[in-house]
Amino acid sequence: MPDLHTTYLGLALRSPIVASAGPFTGQIDRLVELELAGAGAVVLPSIFEEQIEHETMEIDRLYTVHGESFHEATSFFPEVDDYGSAIDSYLELIENAKVAVDIPVIASLNGANIGGWVKYARLLEGAGADALELNLYTVAADPDISGAALEAEHLELVALVAEEVGVPIAVKISPYYSSVSSFVVELQHSGASGVVMFNRFYSPDLDLETLEVAPRIALSSPEELRLPLRWIGILREHLTMSIAGSTGVHSGFDAAKLILAGADVAMTTSSLLHHGPSHLATIETQLRDWMVEHDYESVTQMRGAVASHAASDPAAYERANYIGNIATYTSRFIGTGDVPLARPRSE
Amino acid sequence: MSTTATDDRPAHDSEAADTGSAPPASACIDGNEAAATVAYALSEVVAIYPITPASAMGELADAWSAGGETNLWGAVPEVVELQSEAGAAGTLHGALQTGALGTTFTASQGLLLMLPNMYKIAGELTPAVIHVAARAIATHALSIFGDHSDVMAARSTGFAMLCASSVQEAHDFAAVSHAATLRARIPFLHFFDGFRTSHEINRIDLLDDDDLRSLVSDDDIAAHKLRRLRPTAPVVRGTAQNPDVFFQAREAANSFHDAVPSIVAKVFAELEERTGRRYGLVDYEGAPDAERVIVMMGSGSGAVGETVAKLAADGEKVGLATIRLFRPFPVDALLDALPDSVRSIAVLDRCKEPGSAGEPLFQDVVTVVAESERQGVRIIGGRYGLGSKEFTPAMAKAVFDELTSPTPKRRFTVGIVDDVTGLSLDVDDSFLVDLPGRSAVFYALGSDGTVGANKASVKIIGHEPGLHAQGYFVYDSKKSGSMTVSHLRFGPEAIRSTYLVQEADLVACHQFGLLDRFDVLSDVRHQGTFLLNAPYPADELWEHLPTAIQRRIQDRALRVFTIDATRIARDLKMPGRINTIMQPCFFALTDVMDLDRAVGAIKESISAAYGRRGRSIVERNEAAVDRALAELTEVTVPTAVSPSDELEEALSILESASDNAETEFVDRVTMTMIANKGDLLPVSAMPIDGTFPTGTTTFEKRKLAIDIPVWEPELCIDCGKCAVVCPHATIRMKAYEPDALDGAPDGFLTKHFRSRELDGHQLTIQVAPDDCTGCGICVDVCPAKDKTQVKRKAINMRPASEHRVVERERWDFFESIPELDRASITHDSVKNSQLLQPLFEFSGACSGCGETPYLKLLTQLFGDRLVVANATGCSSIYGGNLPTTPWSKDANGLGPAWSNSLFEDNAEFGYGMRLGIEHHQREARRLVEELADDVGIDLASALLADPTPTETGVVEQRTRVAVLRERLGDLISSNDPVVADRARRLSVIADELVRTSTWIVGGDGWAYDIGFGGVDHVLSSGRNVNLLVLDTEVYSNTGGQASKATPLGAVAKFAMGGKPTGKKDLGAIARRYGNVYVAQIAIGGSDIQTVKALAEADAWDGPSLIIAYSTCIAHGIDMETSMSHQKDAVKSGYWPLYRYKPTTDEHEHPFQLDSAAPSIPLKDFALKEARFSMLARSDPRRSAELLDLAQQDIDERWHYYEQLAGVERALHHPHVPDVDAAAPDDEPGESDDGGSDDA
Repeated sequence: MPDLHTTYLGLALRSPIVASAGPFTGQIDRLVELELAGAGAVVLPSIFEEQIEHETMEIDRLYTVHGESFHEATSFFPEVDDYGSAIDSYLELIENAKVAVDIPVIASLNGANIGGWVKYARLLEGAGADALELNLYTVAADPDISGAALEAEHLELVALVAEEVGVPIAVKISPYYSSVSSFVVELQHSGASGVVMFNRFYSPDLDLETLEVAPRIALSSPEELRLPLRWIGILREHLTMSIAGSTGVHSGFDAAKLILAGADVAMTTSSLLHHGPSHLATIETQLRDWMVEHDYESVTQMRGAVASHAASDPAAYERANYIGNIATYTSRFIGTGDVPLARPRSE
Repeated sequence: MSTTATDDRPAHDSEAADTGSAPPASACIDGNEAAATVAYALSEVVAIYPITPASAMGELADAWSAGGETNLWGAVPEVVELQSEAGAAGTLHGALQTGALGTTFTASQGLLLMLPNMYKIAGELTPAVIHVAARAIATHALSIFGDHSDVMAARSTGFAMLCASSVQEAHDFAAVSHAATLRARIPFLHFFDGFRTSHEINRIDLLDDDDLRSLVSDDDIAAHKLRRLRPTAPVVRGTAQNPDVFFQAREAANSFHDAVPSIVAKVFAELEERTGRRYGLVDYEGAPDAERVIVMMGSGSGAVGETVAKLAADGEKVGLATIRLFRPFPVDALLDALPDSVRSIAVLDRCKEPGSAGEPLFQDVVTVVAESERQGVRIIGGRYGLGSKEFTPAMAKAVFDELTSPTPKRRFTVGIVDDVTGLSLDVDDSFLVDLPGRSAVFYALGSDGTVGANKASVKIIGHEPGLHAQGYFVYDSKKSGSMTVSHLRFGPEAIRSTYLVQEADLVACHQFGLLDRFDVLSDVRHQGTFLLNAPYPADELWEHLPTAIQRRIQDRALRVFTIDATRIARDLKMPGRINTIMQPCFFALTDVMDLDRAVGAIKESISAAYGRRGRSIVERNEAAVDRALAELTEVTVPTAVSPSDELEEALSILESASDNAETEFVDRVTMTMIANKGDLLPVSAMPIDGTFPTGTTTFEKRKLAIDIPVWEPELCIDCGKCAVVCPHATIRMKAYEPDALDGAPDGFLTKHFRSRELDGHQLTIQVAPDDCTGCGICVDVCPAKDKTQVKRKAINMRPASEHRVVERERWDFFESIPELDRASITHDSVKNSQLLQPLFEFSGACSGCGETPYLKLLTQLFGDRLVVANATGCSSIYGGNLPTTPWSKDANGLGPAWSNSLFEDNAEFGYGMRLGIEHHQREARRLVEELADDVGIDLASALLADPTPTETGVVEQRTRVAVLRERLGDLISSNDPVVADRARRLSVIADELVRTSTWIVGGDGWAYDIGFGGVDHVLSSGRNVNLLVLDTEVYSNTGGQASKATPLGAVAKFAMGGKPTGKKDLGAIARRYGNVYVAQIAIGGSDIQTVKALAEADAWDGPSLIIAYSTCIAHGIDMETSMSHQKDAVKSGYWPLYRYKPTTDEHEHPFQLDSAAPSIPLKDFALKEARFSMLARSDPRRSAELLDLAQQDIDERWHYYEQLAGVERALHHPHVPDVDAAAPDDEPGESDDGGSDDA
């Protein structure tokens, strides 16, 4: 029986399969199901500082806009007790999750400004989160802010929060850095205990009937695994901090790939949304079967076995693969009938 | 509950004073809370129903019960809302019969509805207390304000009546009433003046639990409970008695009534022993050797008491006797209270009893004195303060002066100028009472939080050791953009001034725009302080001030301070919320208490008030306080007189700003009221019977909008959606011949109108810039977008400051373009309906109101032949609250005739109207028949031919009636007396030969609850009346209390934990009659279905019921997106659209489902609204359960409706017109599916 134990952010996990931030992890009964299905840890849904501020303002507006302005009614809505703010509800979620499950509970925070990050990170820690995941969810839309400035700001945020809280911090990043490698290494220097690669932004869509922009998030597909796979493979040897592979994990085989590339844990949400929380057990079974089949005794043994520095063909993580793929598609589209020169590794 | 529970509330609401030993806890609360606190502590069952100004007592009781607060005996009282005050009284009666300690709260008409049960409760010697915030009863007009008309109507019920004159007394007398009723077995009506006491905030000492326990004896409670109805000791009560014994039995309880005064006196004495507060059945104050005495009861005694103190100090022999116990009348106590020296008495009544020998209190006093040994005492009686009319020391002085006259007016009024019957006394307004404290007046807008901040300030000051404070708040009658005026007094002594501040030490104007409209400095003291929120730097401010204000400042040598609070609020991301910026400025300028302490207290109150809304709200408000103190700046007032005009001339600018009246009445009366000077109008200016001209909102240019819609003709697709949804009729659409543009101002916008019926016409869509409230709904619904930049629509919100002047010029020209001939187009499309002139315009409803678009559309479709019976509620307030009314008329003088009777009887009222109309129709037709030879057979036949319910038919019939009238003019002088008589009678009622559309309009509180019995009966009558229910799903007007229209799972007042039961299906009840036309509509869900339903209801020759989904501020939504909420309500199946059209065709499908099958889950609609989402936050599990149940209801109902739509059914009715004949085919491009109507 292979040993699935792993260490993530200094926390000992019974399995490298982690349920990442998603709708399921916001519900206590689903968290219990996830634990039963074997999750190594759970990451609660990300709470957005803007969301907290926005809701607070909206509630205040609800009570004040029409208040005290008419003889017959000084208010139009009862001020019910315990309606809580978004942050109160989130803190309650952390507290309840800690009671409901024994596996580590990681709280996720998306801040908008430095003060907010620190303030809310402290609150999340105080509510009992075992670790924090800082979600650097920023669309760099302002042409006046350079990539370097933005990165510096992010690193400062991470450093500030790391100083302020005692629990370990993972930083979830997007792949949209001109040098992912450099930035991730800097994160480690700033005090992060781990990096999660990658988050997926809500992307705009256009409604062709209303001509309105309608942001929506699409569930990940297994194809998307290859992006974190590359960067984990490349970065493993440069990092002492934990690495989580997120995006595109739909099977135990996907998890195996991420671990082989160097990840400490593989995170999944989309597959659980597709198949239900119990699918996590399937992923684990697939991983374990693969390990048995390939004589791997433990996750520790697997971790980084095919990372860039350990792979037989390290260049494949970089440019060589690009050429191969081009050739494949060229042959298809041109219709030469030639057998592709290289098969994509994930197929 | 009492002290313990009170202390649970926000810390600033009450505190135990921190000086001295064992001090009583004090609190700064209003009269309603003062009474409700005690009533709740001493009750087990509380039956409630909202009515102004007593609603707050029920709301507080409900909130305490929902929060698990306990009464004196550790139980949580049962607080239940009924369908009416009659229901509340019946419930109270029943609870009392089974031994519970019960109470209720009410006022005005509500008390009248309780009267029958009150006779029973008293007749059965049942201990109970009804707390009343006394209010005028509607007569020539409704008044929500205070006087004693209501309680006087209850004086023969057998209830004892105890009158509190102040907030402290409202608290103390509540306890005395509950204690005395148990001892006496006589029920008590405890009352205090509506608004003046119920809404005045003052510092009071609280009774604690031990105080209450000492007054209310366990033995008395046990005795009450042992009299309860129970099978273990069965009795009958409530028998019917015959002439043999009824009379004797009625007299059998005399001794119990006789004992009441001594019981109350004893309870007063016990209260004094515990608290030191001394009350008598009648309390006298003033000169011990007074010769002139005023006898009165209620809050007015505060003003008279101050006057007496001043006059007596000056050596005048005057006094005041305040009646506390009014029933049973304290004969001996009154005689004991009056000094032997009294030579003349003026009795002041705060009510009017037309035709009586004198008002009630006057008659009692006359009787008592006449039966006594007193000789030679002259007694005169006067009325004061009706409907909260101000009652000041100067008026009290005028009464004392009258008593010095050798021939005083035996009956008089004071406080008004009666130039008709000459009853009023002359008042010298310069008479003022100097008081040790100081005062401040604040002018602000309802939305800016000023009133809330001032309430907090009163509490902060009132909690300072050695300080007292009082707050009273006046609002105008508008629901949007209303002006508020706060009157604050504070000082070292208890404050009993029960009138508005007359000479303020500080006047603050929190909205710069008010300076142009009102003389805000008219009541500021010489060398006083003026604080102004202004968008200008201090060194530039002076030049921006209106001349009148400059003159006031210089004339009164005021110090002026300014701050740009609006900018600071914007900086702090609290746009418009200037309250916590202006509040510290007030403390800084008045020096009422140490500023650091005040700032600390303000921050504490911010934390208490906003803490649960989130830390960032608290932080922003705290930052506002700090910024305010840093940026408050004194303005240097030029010593030279800058303008050369005289003061009065300058002030006339204020008054003439809106002086554009077109009629003498409007000019003289309406404009005076609009200028806030209605108090100056004499009796002769008033209509004698409450009848007022319509179409007066147009004279009230309120300029509320910060942004106004501006039209882009090249993008416009002529759909009319912007106009149809406009709640204020400020977006207008006109089609006209091109030559109508002659004389148009440069840049007047016009476009070619795409219409088959009006070929060659031009179209203009125009905003009324000074009437628009800036709600933005028109832009939200506009479907036409710029192809190259979709955010630009055919109508867009733009800054009013940049566009108002040009749009005003355009509007003026637009108004001059003649209205379209109504008969020239069909009325069955949204587009065409909006070409018709709305005869409901510029209402003061909330910005973005969901009700008013329906009323406006109603007037567009049938306004020139419309009669409306309007239930009391929001629609009667924005429809008929003076100074103006939005109901209007066209160029021919035709328009809706409107009336409001009551809340509970509106269906019957409208039914009666219909009976009258139909009677006149029949009579007119009979007379036409009888006069056929005389007026001409052809004309008579045409008049009698059943006119088709079409616009052309109406227009043609109107022309015939005009011809008829001409001929009748000749016939009236006919030599044949029979013909002359018939002609005379016909000429009076000939108008009814033209079809009249009778609409019975009201909210869900009326239709589902208090008026449901009448609604049901009228629907069953078969008569041609149309009921329009503006369903906001709560009692909107009184502040969002739950009705039976409130949906499952929604939070509302009286349903704070989410309504546990579903909404009543009023439509289903009506459909069961078979012959009632029923439609459920939502203008934002399908505007064309709305147009059709109204037309079909009008055309249906029988009863119609239209249930119109009306978005409301009480839903907790952004009203700008009101229509998208309606759309979602329809899409989710929450509000399915249908029309049920009774038919005689066996193969017809009478039930037509107009909306598509639900395409989104209920949650997607519901959780966008605070009424649902707040429960999801506070109690997610319960919310989920209730929403699941609601979803099941929706699924089930939809399934049922789909089946219903397939049912073929014929109505066997002798006169069933084909409603479809009156509803021509759809205009191409307009969908009938209830889904999106976007072009």
